Amino acid sequence: MIGLAHYLTVAAILFTIGVLGIFLNRRNVILMLMAIELILLAVNINLVAFSAYLGDLTGQVLAMFVLTVAAAEAAIGLAILVIFFRRRGSIAVDDVNRMHG
Amino acid sequence: MIASIAFYLFATLTIASAVAVIFARNPVHSVLWLIVAFFNSAGLMLLLGAEFIAMLVVIVYVGAVAVLFLFVVMMLDIDFASLRTGFTRNLPFGILLALVLLTEIIVAVSAWKAGPTLNGQRIAQAAQPNIVALGQLLYSRYLFPFEIAGLILLVAMIGAIVLTHRRRRDTRPQKAWRQIGRRPKDAIKLTDPEVGEGVQL
Repeated sequence: MIGLAHYLTVAAILFTIGVLGIFLNRRNVILMLMAIELILLAVNINLVAFSAYLGDLTGQVLAMFVLTVAAAEAAIGLAILVIFFRRRGSIAVDDVNRMHG
Repeated sequence: MIASIAFYLFATLTIASAVAVIFARNPVHSVLWLIVAFFNSAGLMLLLGAEFIAMLVVIVYVGAVAVLFLFVVMMLDIDFASLRTGFTRNLPFGILLALVLLTEIIVAVSAWKAGPTLNGQRIAQAAQPNIVALGQLLYSRYLFPFEIAGLILLVAMIGAIVLTHRRRRDTRPQKAWRQIGRRPKDAIKLTDPEVGEGVQL
């Protein structure tokens, strides 16, 4: 029998993998953005699981808003990445503090 | 029984492909593993009875976000090998940190009790289809946040366009303001004068 704790565990593992991805790929912004998407996916699984087991649809509405923010964040993040690459020819995060507006 | 097998299948595949996302050497492979992770978590959400969110995950994440990532990875000529320096050096410490974090979260989850309304053993029965209920909620109680979500998407769209748009000097585009600002008296007129008559200028 699959209970709520199973889903929460899956979401916890996914969240941890996302954090690990940010930690390990500290120079690669694209992989960092992908890890952030994984973290938001874990949050979504948590919200939907609680919503289903509570019988309250609010969690699913919130999951939709998280989805919206994730899409907007990916678009803006990748746009910043593209202009940064155009200007500097690399995407190493170490160089980002040299942007200076 | 079938539900249990499906849950373990989707959960294992989600986690395995998430691991592959952060450990893949080629970023294109990372994006493709990300798509696999999204599909399998959509399967998990289907098992929970959230059909609309599952389809939304497939449409938004796979159809928009992952394709955007794929575009950027393929469009930019990035030397990814040089970005992996420090990866193996950070690996043991990173895995240690991740295990500590995971243990903390799992201890918190297993210590969790939330009152009699939530026993956490079976999914609550829905009175009406998921999409119907969600739509009624979204267009009544959450109408204002829904509009704000649309506004956020609009701002993100305009922001991305403004950020990445560049004016190129080497192209000769159509100048619409000159076409609109043109007046008949400035224009060249074709006339057919008779022999011996002048042209009125």
